[in-house]
Amino acid sequence: MMWLLFIYFATVSLVAGVLTVSLRNAVHCAMALLTLLLHMAGLFVMLNAEFLAMVQIIVYAGAILILYLFVLMLMNLKTEEQHLHKKHSYVLFASIGLLAELLILLMLSPYGGTLGTATPEVILNTGPSHAVGITMFSDYLLLFEIVGIFLLGAVIGAIVLAKTPPKTDNQEPANTPTVS
Amino acid sequence: MIPLSAYVALSAILFMTGLIGVLIRRNFIIVLMSVEIMLNAANINLVAFSHYLNSMAGQMSALFIIAVAAAEAAIGLAIIIVIFRGKMATNVDQINILKW
Repeated sequence: MMWLLFIYFATVSLVAGVLTVSLRNAVHCAMALLTLLLHMAGLFVMLNAEFLAMVQIIVYAGAILILYLFVLMLMNLKTEEQHLHKKHSYVLFASIGLLAELLILLMLSPYGGTLGTATPEVILNTGPSHAVGITMFSDYLLLFEIVGIFLLGAVIGAIVLAKTPPKTDNQEPANTPTVS
Repeated sequence: MIPLSAYVALSAILFMTGLIGVLIRRNFIIVLMSVEIMLNAANINLVAFSHYLNSMAGQMSALFIIAVAAAEAAIGLAIIIVIFRGKMATNVDQINILKW
């Protein structure tokens, strides 16, 4: 049963990933990316990371993807004849060769390591959100604060970048970069 | 029980898919979407190792990666809007002012 679920989620996410990079229309690409993100959340649930799966759905599918779709709608792009670079076949072959080598290396390498204390039984005792919260606000508190400041900086940067440049003169051409 | 190598192989294939997307697509927005695919591949790797090694560190890293991805999307899309306003171009091969 677990194998069946894994094969389903893995196959759909791989197909959706390939469609995301190969479809012609940008909105269709965003829809394929949405499929990929939702099936990723399913894989997270299979790995006992329910909180992360919810965060994935809310933040990725609910916020980031909507941002992409809004920008796509604002730009109103037409579907292009040539959506890939001219010499993309070289990149494709090189990447497939690199992927084969990467997979061989991964299959040959051992996956050992020291085991931690957060076994699935311990996590399921208190609930996954509880475990994540306790860890985040004890061991990773400094990182959490840093991420908060980082997100604030990103939001301010995005507003400063994307705001409409102020109208100055009529002599000035419209496409001078007035945003500093 | 699914072995860890299955998740790692899935993550590797997805990462290479995103890398190919970054390298071959012309539209800047889809290049950013491919970067999201690569970040997701890293996430699945981290969560798989976190599960199999009985540690919470991987899940924490995945959460912070999601936060960074949100910031990256916001900044990247703002840059795209600025470039689009100035040049009316969203293809990466038309944006070559910094090219040497």
